[in-house]
Amino acid sequence: MTTTATAGASRPTGVTTGGRRNGVLAGTGTLLRFGLRRDRVRLPVWIAAVFLVTVSTANNVKTLYPEAADRAGVARTSDSPAVLAMTGPVRYLADYTYGAMLGHRLLGLTVVLVGLMSILLVTRHTRAEEESGRAELVRSAAIGRHAHLAAALGLAAIANLALALLLTAALGGLGIESITTGGSLLYGLSVATGGLLGAAAAAVTVQLTAHTRAASGGALAVIGAAFALRAAGDAGDNGLSWVSPIGWLQRTYVFVDNRWWPLLLTLLLAAATTAGAFALSTRRDLGAGLRPARLGPPTATAALGTPLGFALRLHRGTLLAFAAAVLLLGAMYGSILGNADDMLKDVDQIQDALKRVGGTSIADSLAALTLMVVAVIAAVHAVMATLRPRGEESGGRAEPVLATGLSRAGWLGSHLTVALAGSTLLTLATGVGFGAAGAASTGDAGAFWRLLGGALAYAPALWVTVGFAAALYGWFPRAVPLAWIVPAYAFVIGHLGPLLKLPEAMNNLSPFGHVPRLPAVGMAWTPIALLTAVAAALIALGLVGFARRDLDMK
Amino acid sequence: MTKAITLSGLRKSFGRTTALDGLDLTVETGEVHGFLGPNGAGKSTTIRVLLGLLRADGGSARLLGKDPWSDAVELHRRLAYVPGDVELWPNLTGGEAIDLLSRLRGRLDTARRDELLERFDLDPTKKGRAYSKGNRQKVAIVAALASDAELLLLDEPTAGLDPLMEVVFQDVILQAKQEGRTILLSSHILAQVEKLGDRVSIIRRGKVVQSGSLGELRHLTRTTVEAETHHAVAGLDTVPGVHGLRADGTRVHFSVDTAQLDIVLHRLADAGLRSLVSHPPTLEELMLRHYGDELAAAGHTTARTGRLSRPRGGKR
Repeated sequence: MTTTATAGASRPTGVTTGGRRNGVLAGTGTLLRFGLRRDRVRLPVWIAAVFLVTVSTANNVKTLYPEAADRAGVARTSDSPAVLAMTGPVRYLADYTYGAMLGHRLLGLTVVLVGLMSILLVTRHTRAEEESGRAELVRSAAIGRHAHLAAALGLAAIANLALALLLTAALGGLGIESITTGGSLLYGLSVATGGLLGAAAAAVTVQLTAHTRAASGGALAVIGAAFALRAAGDAGDNGLSWVSPIGWLQRTYVFVDNRWWPLLLTLLLAAATTAGAFALSTRRDLGAGLRPARLGPPTATAALGTPLGFALRLHRGTLLAFAAAVLLLGAMYGSILGNADDMLKDVDQIQDALKRVGGTSIADSLAALTLMVVAVIAAVHAVMATLRPRGEESGGRAEPVLATGLSRAGWLGSHLTVALAGSTLLTLATGVGFGAAGAASTGDAGAFWRLLGGALAYAPALWVTVGFAAALYGWFPRAVPLAWIVPAYAFVIGHLGPLLKLPEAMNNLSPFGHVPRLPAVGMAWTPIALLTAVAAALIALGLVGFARRDLDMK
Repeated sequence: MTKAITLSGLRKSFGRTTALDGLDLTVETGEVHGFLGPNGAGKSTTIRVLLGLLRADGGSARLLGKDPWSDAVELHRRLAYVPGDVELWPNLTGGEAIDLLSRLRGRLDTARRDELLERFDLDPTKKGRAYSKGNRQKVAIVAALASDAELLLLDEPTAGLDPLMEVVFQDVILQAKQEGRTILLSSHILAQVEKLGDRVSIIRRGKVVQSGSLGELRHLTRTTVEAETHHAVAGLDTVPGVHGLRADGTRVHFSVDTAQLDIVLHRLADAGLRSLVSHPPTLEELMLRHYGDELAAAGHTTARTGRLSRPRGGKR
């Protein structure tokens, strides 16, 4: 009897059925089932949230705009760069049916949301596993080299396809005129493809860096850039949208023309990106990024030994990345500001409509809307920065520091100082980028100061965001993920509020709802002062809570 | 002279789990106090209460004559702490982490830091992630010992160190003791506490079950004897205080209460002693006496390993 035969015979039945069992994908099915079990609450919540927003939007537009004339009115006011930047291409406006409204208003937004879901899913099941050391334990079992990534992508595919099925069935079953079954299927699959694109982007970024946070951030930046490119493209009607896969998906013109080929194009891109990710993963070691770890200084600088210097060092990378992002985003929006008035100044009707909603000029309305969008991005940073102490605490790194002469208030206070100053810096960077590019494109030097002032007016709302997260951290450290409600709520309200005619009270729930919409309207100091006071009170509350409670340790 | 640590009736629970159940502990100034117990007994919780990181539910705690919760920062300048699980910042080097912790505590003695780096053979230029568990532990040990703290709180400080480094660690601790520092050394490694400890407290399920000098504790226990004689020893089993007697022809193995040692040795001599091995109880045997029930349940009654191997529960 040969050695080979012995080995084969001694294996349990079913293990030697094919090369795959022992190949680079061995164990993928097991990991996939394990992943479904780990995410059995998280994924259904995500899917249900996206599903409910979609279905309720479809129902609401039917109630709010019963007549074709109503919808045509919305289409007319939507034909401005500001609205097109927030929504989608102008093609949808020609015959603004309920279906066209969904494709125009909701598809881009939903793709961003499912992209976020898929990115967090992929990084959670790949890089986070490696960073924690759990992947090493799993990989020592009979698990193939590519199994972790394949299982994470499989999980993302299952989640997105489940959402697509639900959306197709529900939208098709609503029986709303113009929302056809074929269109619903295209809509559902477009959303799912957007999710797969996010998953593919994350599959690449988790190979590049050894840090989960940086991997998620990198993939989010890709989604953000894709959205920003299509926004600039749709607002300026200049072809930039064709650089963005989100632009491709919107060009299925779902419920209008129902074109399938942009969907296939996007799927091809996602597939190619995924293949690239697998190729990259063979060029690195488990736990490492593509770039080898470098050595660093053997001693600390004097600044690192101070509480504030220490906090700043931990926040530095993230803060700089966000500052660069909002500066670029501001500059990009600023550069299309100049065309806005020219393109539309002859259309009196739209001018009137915008003036009714408070805008003095189309450019100013666009500027005010843009600032709100960028402020939500700055709010994402505000939450991330404020939750950093929580990561330090649950990661076991706060314990040795708080056993030194550094007081709890000094430690948390330093992190909050960086979060507050960082938020202010982001509004400044937004204002400088937006203002400089806006002044250049409109040829109005005074626009720089107006736009900068408009951006800075958002700082107090960001401080409230910091304060809310800090108060949660001080009193309910395990509930800190609730802090993400602030930017998420502002994002959804900002995008869907006008269409769904949501009551003003819902807008007022968000700190961003109270910021004066400069430069479209005049400055109002009362809400600024009130927001600042609320922020100060929340931060004080958080510090008091943190001083009283047990540290949460491993 | 004030005691370095006085805890009495200390209580702490996490939800339904009782971590400390009326714990009493006294540590004299200038001594090395071994704090011995299995995982999950409450050692880390006790130290974290002493650090003011956790707030006790009841009982009283005094550290260097002050209150560990309300005077936390002032106390922290006078003590240094090595956690059981050392986590470092991924984007800071080990050297930066040492300097950071030392400066936040107060003063950094760079000469001592460099000497310790050399003795522990630690490269300070690597980033946090690149260190193994043992090297992360070394970072915390160097940071703690480079300070001039009068009190060292060490929570299983050598968990990841190799035997060579453990010897270095013992030298450094003895040196710290000679400098007059007080050291609370929590451990489940018995040999280490035996080598370093002046006094020992044994903790079990949130309570100190025994406390005293090593000599005092041994007094309470039995000496193990293995002997070979010319002819079989008669009547050993009738001597009170002899336990676990195993006789195999002319060879006997048993343990005996210290008070009966004299009688037993006479019996052995009468039988014509050929060879005799006796040793005082190791701390392991002290532990087995206190945790014997749990170990028996886990099937470890005959375990002769250096440490107790119980599954690690939640480290609180």
